[in-house]
Amino acid sequence: MRYMVMHYETEAMENGVTPTPEQQAAIGEYMRESAMAGVLLGGEGVHPSSAGARLEIADGDVRIIDGPFAEAKELIAGFAILEVDSLAEAIEHARKFALMTGVERVDVRRVVEFSDLQ
Amino acid sequence: MEAGDLDATLATLWRVESPRVVARLVRLVGDLDTAEELAQDAFVAAIEKWRHEGVPGNPAGWLNTTARFLAVDRIRRRDTKRHKYRLVAATTPRSTELDIGQIVDGDLADDLLGLIFMSCHPILSPDARSALTLKLVCGLTTGEVARAFLAPEATIAQRVVRAKRTLAAADIRFELPGPAERPARLAAVREVVYLVFNEGYSATSGDSWVRPELCSEALRLGRMLASLTPDDTETLGLLALIELQASRLTARVGPQGDPVLLMDQDRTRWDRLLIQRGLALIEQIHRLRGTVGPYALQAAIAACHARAATAADTDWPRIAALYDGLVQITSSPVVELNRAVAIGRAFGPQAGLDVVRPLLDHPAMRGYHLLPAVAGDLSCGAGNHEEARQYFLSSAALTANTQQRRTMQRRAADCATHHAGST
Repeated sequence: MRYMVMHYETEAMENGVTPTPEQQAAIGEYMRESAMAGVLLGGEGVHPSSAGARLEIADGDVRIIDGPFAEAKELIAGFAILEVDSLAEAIEHARKFALMTGVERVDVRRVVEFSDLQ
Repeated sequence: MEAGDLDATLATLWRVESPRVVARLVRLVGDLDTAEELAQDAFVAAIEKWRHEGVPGNPAGWLNTTARFLAVDRIRRRDTKRHKYRLVAATTPRSTELDIGQIVDGDLADDLLGLIFMSCHPILSPDARSALTLKLVCGLTTGEVARAFLAPEATIAQRVVRAKRTLAAADIRFELPGPAERPARLAAVREVVYLVFNEGYSATSGDSWVRPELCSEALRLGRMLASLTPDDTETLGLLALIELQASRLTARVGPQGDPVLLMDQDRTRWDRLLIQRGLALIEQIHRLRGTVGPYALQAAIAACHARAATAADTDWPRIAALYDGLVQITSSPVVELNRAVAIGRAFGPQAGLDVVRPLLDHPAMRGYHLLPAVAGDLSCGAGNHEEARQYFLSSAALTANTQQRRTMQRRAADCATHHAGST
C-alpha cells in the first residue's frame, strides 16, 4: 500500500527564507535513507505560494487567485510517496523524516489505489 | 501503553529497522548468527524498557545505539577470552584488543550492501538465498517468509539455519567484494530479486495466479539494491523490468482470480507511477551508456508494452528485434519461446511456429507448460484448431497452477468448437 507523506510550510519558508545548507543536506540525507529502505517511490518539494496560484470553482465559474495565500500553516511544502506494508510503517518513515529535517508538522495519508475502488 | 500496542510498534520497528541494525552489527561482529542474536537482544531490551517508560521519541535511534553497545560488549568479552587463552598458551601477546574508540560508524550503504552480499552468497542455493534475504534484508519474520512461499514455517526456519551454518562453515564474514569480484556477486543478488519477483508474478504452485506480497518484497529489495549501486546498469535494468511488470499486476487478474493475458488487459488499470519509474530507469541506463545486458533488454521489451496505449499499438517488430538480441546473449530456450511469440505477432503465426517447432524437441523444455501453450496459441492463429487443442491439453496437464490449468482447458474446449464448426 502507498502513503503520501506531506510536510507543511513554516511562515519563514512562505516568506521566502530558503532552507539553510544544513536543512538541505538533511533533506538529501533523508531521501537517500528512504531510498535505501526501498520504500521511496517519489517526492517533491514546492516553492512558496507567492510563486503559485489557486483556482476556486463555483457553479462552473473558475476564479484564479494569484499567490501568496493567507494561511501559511496550512500550505504543503513537499511530499513523498512511500510503498509500505501498513500505516504504522509509514509513520515510522515519517518520524525519521521529521527527526532528520526538523519540520513542524507531517501528515501521513493513504493513497487511493485501483483495488480500493473495487 | 497497552501490551498489544507495544507489540505492534515493535513488529513495525523490526520490519523497518532490523535490516539496518543487523547490517551494522554484521560489520562489527563479522558473522550473521551473532549479529541477528544481538539485534534480537536489542529488541528484547526495548520491550522491557518501553513497557514501563513508553516508546521514546526516536525508537530507531535507541535501538541502534543499544545494539551497538551490545556488540561492543560482546567483542570486549570475546577479546578478553582470547587474551586469557593466549596467556595460558604463553604466546607473545599481540595487541589484538579492540580499541572501542576506533569503531566508527561506517557508511550505512556499505553495511547494507555487505549484508545483501552475504545473504545472497553464491555458495548458497537460490532457495536458501531467497529465504535468508527476505528475513535479514527485508526484515520479514520466519513466519512471514513461510507464508510468502506457501511453505511450512519449520521448513523455512530449517532453511535459514542451514544457510547460516553453510556460511559459517565456509568462514564467510562481512566483506565488501572488490571490483574484480563484484559483478559476479551482484549477479547472484539480482538472481534472488528476480526469483522472488517471479514467484509472486506467476506463482508456480497454489490456487492463486499471482502473489502480490512477494512482488512487493522483490520491488523493495530491487529499489534498495538500485539505490546502493546506482551505476550498475544491469541492476537498474532489473529494477526497470520488475517495476514495469508490476505495473500490470492488478490488470492481469480477472474477477474470478483468473489470468488476464497482456493483450487482453485493460490498460487504464496499469499503474502509471510504476510505468513512469520503469521508463525513467531505462533512460538512466542509456545515460550511463551501460552495456545492454539481459535484464536491461527485457526491460526494454517491457517498455514497448508500457508505451503502447492499446494492444494494437504494440511495436512487435521492435520487440522481435530486442528478443533477437536477448537470445544471442542468453541462448535460453525460454527466451527463444518468447521470441517466437513476438515473431508470431510481428510476422504472422506461421513465422512464430517456425521458431517454436525446434523447441518441442529441446530436452530442457520438456515438461514446461508454457511451450505447448504458445504452440497452441500460434496453431490456433494459423487455423489448425485440432493441433492447437492438443497443445492446450498438454499444457493443462503440465501446469501445477489451478488457474493456469483452467485457462488451458477452456482454450482447448474453444478449439474443439472451432474444429467442429470447420468440418
